[in-house]
Amino acid sequence: MLAWTIYITFIGVLVLMFLPRDNARAARIVALLTAIAGCVVAFVGAIQQANPGDVTTIVKAPWIPSIGANYYLAADGISLVLVVLTGLAAVSGILFSWNIEKRTKEFFAFYLALIGGVYGVFLSFDVLLLFVFYELTIIPKYFLIARWGSTRKEYGAMKLALYSFVGSHLVLIGLIAAWVVARGQLGHASLDLIELSKVAFPIAFQHWVFPLVFVGFAILAGMWPFHTWAPTGHVAAPTAGSMLLAGVVMKLGAYGCLRVAMVMFPEGVRMWQGEIACLAVAGIVYGAGVALVQRDFKFVIGYSSVSHMGFVLLGLATLNTIGLDGAVLQMFSHGIIAGLLFGVVGRMVYDRTHTRDFNDLETMQLGKLIPFAGVTFVIAGIASMGLPGFSGFVAELQVLMGAWTVFPKLTILSGVGILIGVAYTLRAVQKGFYSDAPPKPVDHDHPLEPISMPERFGAVMLIGASLIIGLFPGLLMNWIEPCFNSPLSMFARLLVKGGSQ
Amino acid sequence: MNHWLTILTLVPFLGGIVIAGLGAERKNLVRGLALATSLVGLGGALCMWLHFDASKGGMQFEEGPWNWVPTLGIQYHLGVDGLGLLMVLLTAIVTPLAILASWRMDDRPHVYHALILWLQAGLFGTFTALNFFHWFLFWELGLIPAFFLIKLWGGPKRGPAATQFFIYTMVGSVALLLSFLAIRLATGSFDFIELAAMAKSGVLVTKLQVAFGWKNIGLIIFFGAFLGFAVKVPLIPFHTWLPAAYSEAPSPVTMLLTGVMSKMGVYGFLRILLPIFPEQIRQVLTPLLWLAVATIVLSACAAFAQKDIKRMLAYSSINHLGYCLLALFAAASVATGVTASDLQKAAALDGALLQMFNHGLTASALFLFVSLLEKRTGGLRGLDDFGGIRKVVPVFTGLMGISIFSSLGLPGLNGFVGEFLIFKGVFPLAPWAAAISTLGILVTAIFLLTLIQRVFCGPLNERWAKLPDLTTAERLLVLPSIALMFVLGIWPQFILGAVDATVVKLVQQLNF
Repeated sequence: MLAWTIYITFIGVLVLMFLPRDNARAARIVALLTAIAGCVVAFVGAIQQANPGDVTTIVKAPWIPSIGANYYLAADGISLVLVVLTGLAAVSGILFSWNIEKRTKEFFAFYLALIGGVYGVFLSFDVLLLFVFYELTIIPKYFLIARWGSTRKEYGAMKLALYSFVGSHLVLIGLIAAWVVARGQLGHASLDLIELSKVAFPIAFQHWVFPLVFVGFAILAGMWPFHTWAPTGHVAAPTAGSMLLAGVVMKLGAYGCLRVAMVMFPEGVRMWQGEIACLAVAGIVYGAGVALVQRDFKFVIGYSSVSHMGFVLLGLATLNTIGLDGAVLQMFSHGIIAGLLFGVVGRMVYDRTHTRDFNDLETMQLGKLIPFAGVTFVIAGIASMGLPGFSGFVAELQVLMGAWTVFPKLTILSGVGILIGVAYTLRAVQKGFYSDAPPKPVDHDHPLEPISMPERFGAVMLIGASLIIGLFPGLLMNWIEPCFNSPLSMFARLLVKGGSQ
Repeated sequence: MNHWLTILTLVPFLGGIVIAGLGAERKNLVRGLALATSLVGLGGALCMWLHFDASKGGMQFEEGPWNWVPTLGIQYHLGVDGLGLLMVLLTAIVTPLAILASWRMDDRPHVYHALILWLQAGLFGTFTALNFFHWFLFWELGLIPAFFLIKLWGGPKRGPAATQFFIYTMVGSVALLLSFLAIRLATGSFDFIELAAMAKSGVLVTKLQVAFGWKNIGLIIFFGAFLGFAVKVPLIPFHTWLPAAYSEAPSPVTMLLTGVMSKMGVYGFLRILLPIFPEQIRQVLTPLLWLAVATIVLSACAAFAQKDIKRMLAYSSINHLGYCLLALFAAASVATGVTASDLQKAAALDGALLQMFNHGLTASALFLFVSLLEKRTGGLRGLDDFGGIRKVVPVFTGLMGISIFSSLGLPGLNGFVGEFLIFKGVFPLAPWAAAISTLGILVTAIFLLTLIQRVFCGPLNERWAKLPDLTTAERLLVLPSIALMFVLGIWPQFILGAVDATVVKLVQQLNF
């Protein structure tokens, strides 16, 4: 069932290609229907999956037998969480780009191609297949930014593409090396993740291969100091592009770190655990600190993404159940909240005022002109600073709990990061919407267009998702936890030592 | 099975949502509905007060514990003892007064009143939740409406004041959160009552030491939690956010801030720190007592130096809550086992609880008078702006005078009994601290009398010759507070009777 998320999305791309060129309305509706269909399939498929702790095979067919590659789609609880996230992000992204008039059809075709690739990554249990889907997402995101972006869009797009390619190549080198070693041990060629997760790679080999693969993926997760593509890319991208970049593309990186790098090289993680945690906390604090001094509204959100992804990496580095639970939940939570923040800033504010400079926004009193945007941003901000009641709190709570026993000092330091997070969010709320600066006379000839229905739907949907998970985290925890708890799972090797609970 | 507390918390929360949806146009409907919602809350609180069995010291109206997020030890667990119920009642009394005091407010009244009701919901939740997660949810929920009430409706320097308030409180909250995460990791529990039982048997510290391998971990965790509450109360030197926030907030909001929100901090000390960290408090008792003494004396001196009535009252609030903490720390002191010291501890804690309620009542009444004064003078409230107005507004002078005397602890009014009990209890337990603290009482008397002298007495400032006195509606508005001041001054048993069993239980908890 879940495989249809991928197929439906690519069918949507095909349909869009055959639409007449100038019919923007049809393109929007086709895109929206495709995304909704994908989202529904993701939900239903996820709920139907009886045993989220085990890997449930969806399709397994030989693909390139000579190198051991299979067309192998499957899902466990972690895939389910991320597939549902992708569904939600896809629908809300389309709602927030309802106003795209320039080459609408191509825009949505690239958009859906990106979504399809993302679904593919989250469902692939064959390393080569996963890698192919992973690469597939680079092309649409390059074009989305370079064509429909703003503010140095070619530069942002190129930087993102180059960073992604460098990362992929690191991953590729590592995987080829691992393939060779694994073939030696298994006696046959295999790219099956589950099979590879049982291979005991030599310790010395893991020592150098693990950082290669991990960093390759972590570049896309925005790990400090390889994060610099993220703020520029987010700022240059069109609204839906930033929503997807922060919402799901960064999760691809984190997911790769967990599903490929950590699962295959558990000894490697244990060797590099401290370094990863240090970089993660550096990202948390540095991202927050830089966000605090930005003048461009979108840069604030861009750097905040780096900071929040730091919590994902910190959770991964704890190597205990609760920290890993928190990391996966934080992936979901950040996807929702960052999407919402970019939606408000990019669509609700920038598309109306054509400026993101706080000095200009301060004189506009947006809180009074477009109150819906103000309230949405406040709620999203509250969620983003990790106040209880929203998903971010439960996620960060678990990451911090997991980190306490392993890295107590870093945990306290990341507390400082949370505080800076509060500070930059408040600053953005004040400067962006509720400033006390003397207002500029309102231009009555060109009033701001009121917030449209698609925007309202998108915002309510994302706020609702964050709130529901914040109050009833069990809904997702029931999927995530069995994956790490079961002694038979592919993560069991990770948790054998080092786990505290 | 009963759901009193859940309903009590949900009513203002849902009321706030409805009111926010009404829109700015229907002003009277918005106000009426807000008032009605808060009166429902008051009715509910009074009902509970009547049905409360004062002879029991444990939790009543208990709901749960029901599993909420079992894997994280998060449960839905509500309940009140005498302390919780007292605070619920105080919240229920002050909120309608604050809504009435802002009756003529015309700037986006629907948002304003929704925020006030959400603040009330946050307070109700904080005073009734017994699981850390649940409690923390409301602790933070109260913060957000307060921030926006200051930020959007405050005085000229509201932006920095609101930000400072928020950031300071968040520093405390994050420290508190990290501490409780560590506790949860070591013990597997978030439940206040369970944790208190573990602390009493000494298991808590052992478990923390085992989990973290540091000898002094108990103390470190204690300091994190301490910071969270010390900022909220506040204790000197964590108080610097308070004068700005109290004076910039619109006066009806200040009524809630000082009347009830500051009690969140003291409540936290009583419900969480004292039962869960008695050993650690004992280890650092002397510095803590010094902090309380410094808070009492220095804030009184600072109040004396103020030129703005609201800032003066803000410092005076710090001073009054300082007594509560003095009593609390003294009650944690070492002298145990002897029946006599138990009595003194009980007296000190009785006094602290009474003082919490009294201060809520009196301070909110004082800020109510300030808001009435501001309404007449167009926001002018400097100590030197007035003079001799008692001749023009005798009723106002008389009633505010009663509140001021209640604040400085005149026998016969409510403030006296609380402070008397506190000193009665603290003197034998920590003589030197009590002795120095009496200085605070002295300075309080001096600055409050100065206030009366400068504003109400002396030659009449001609500018205010036409100042209108209180209208009938306004007299009715302040009447309940004034009446309660007399009632509690003469018959404190009304409160003490209800909290006595709770205090006895708390004292037992401290003896081990």
